[in-house]
Amino acid sequence: MCLAVPVRVAELLDNQWVEIEVGGIHTRISIALIDDVEVGDYVIVHAGFAITRLDVAEAEKTLALFDEIAAHLGKPIDALYPRLP
Amino acid sequence: MRYIRGFREGAAAAALARLLGAEVDPNREYYLMEFCGGHTHAIFRYGVEGLLPGNVRLVHGPGCPVCVLAVPRLDAAIELARQPNVTLVSYGDMLRVPGSRRRSLLKARALGADVRMAYSALEALKIAADHPQREVVFFAIGFETTTPATAYLILEARRLGLSNFSVYCNHVVTPAAIQSILDSPELRELGQVRVDGFIGPSHVSAVIGSKPYEYFADEYQRPVVIAGFEPLDVMQAVRMLVQQLNAGRACVENQFTRGVVREGNLKAQHLVAEVLELRPSFEWRGLGALPYSGLRIKSAYAQFDAERRFAMQFHAVPENAACQCPAIIRGIKKPTDCTIFGTACTPRNPIGSCMVSAEGACAAYYKYRRGVEPVAV
Repeated sequence: MCLAVPVRVAELLDNQWVEIEVGGIHTRISIALIDDVEVGDYVIVHAGFAITRLDVAEAEKTLALFDEIAAHLGKPIDALYPRLP
Repeated sequence: MRYIRGFREGAAAAALARLLGAEVDPNREYYLMEFCGGHTHAIFRYGVEGLLPGNVRLVHGPGCPVCVLAVPRLDAAIELARQPNVTLVSYGDMLRVPGSRRRSLLKARALGADVRMAYSALEALKIAADHPQREVVFFAIGFETTTPATAYLILEARRLGLSNFSVYCNHVVTPAAIQSILDSPELRELGQVRVDGFIGPSHVSAVIGSKPYEYFADEYQRPVVIAGFEPLDVMQAVRMLVQQLNAGRACVENQFTRGVVREGNLKAQHLVAEVLELRPSFEWRGLGALPYSGLRIKSAYAQFDAERRFAMQFHAVPENAACQCPAIIRGIKKPTDCTIFGTACTPRNPIGSCMVSAEGACAAYYKYRRGVEPVAV
């Protein structure tokens, strides 16, 4: 129920609707719950509503931290998707 | 997309697992409750549990809205749907949940009731506008992630002058549920549940912020780390909790900085405050009646309140004796402790609500752990 996905805003439409693109699929969501959305922004979408903006700078910081940890300590294995020979 | 896949990188997961293995104190155990069913599924889907040290135990919490909906409230919705002039609209999960006598909204639909599934709450408004001769009721459930949409829906219905639309409000609030777990006799006196810290919900917190958890961290001395729903987020949050527990700290920390700020989404909070108010008491499945834990529609919007409009009645019913959902919701039992798990109760033919929802602990066990022997630790 609380699952939500980050999406990129592709186009602003009337009455607090925007068109979004996720994995090549375009659909419409409402941005009534957040202010000042612009094309190219990332938002987190839940059940047809953007519930918050995705802070891209913060996301990049977290990803950089994971990259750093992986570079220093990671084995060249994919722990989340073990692949059988 | 980078902002999804980036948080599922296996090499980083392996590295985090090694770090965590070095950081845990081998002389103690860590019992961490993931409040949210979304976390439960991420943990099983990606095998996160198997990457954690053996003395880090995850306890599954009650954060699955259809799982905690009291059966009398579902029965009342089924009764409402059976009225010939009513069109009942709800989220997909809700339709399959069994009420008493194994009835469900889906079965009511098979018997002729007009029950519809919506992805967005706004679809209910469109149905109401397109069918002015029907009484369209939106069956609203969910934690704070979903609540602002319901509030907006009611404001839009008023703006559009829809007189055939109402909302059956079953929204619940997260902090009250956490409080009930911390105050429960199983945890405080009987020692059946141990929770040393909480993995806090990400999208609920995007709306309410991290501030509401500060009370629990402080008053109950339990650390809370708000975590995203991807596997690396969960592992990082576990690490942050272990670090706090090792240092004897109990603070609210935020791992999901890309979506949560301390104050939350103020616009969404204001919409909710305009339309909805706390009920003095609300019945939860598994947790009982909890004070100030559910929301109802304010009297200024009474015309949109299905409970008043249809004078809805609630009748107490006994739980299915074999179903262990109430204990599973409280974290006392695991799905595999239930005698009907995977036999009489399956996702295709669920007896308890925990087997229905994509967030229920039983559904997660069934999908990802069936046939897997418990790991000896």
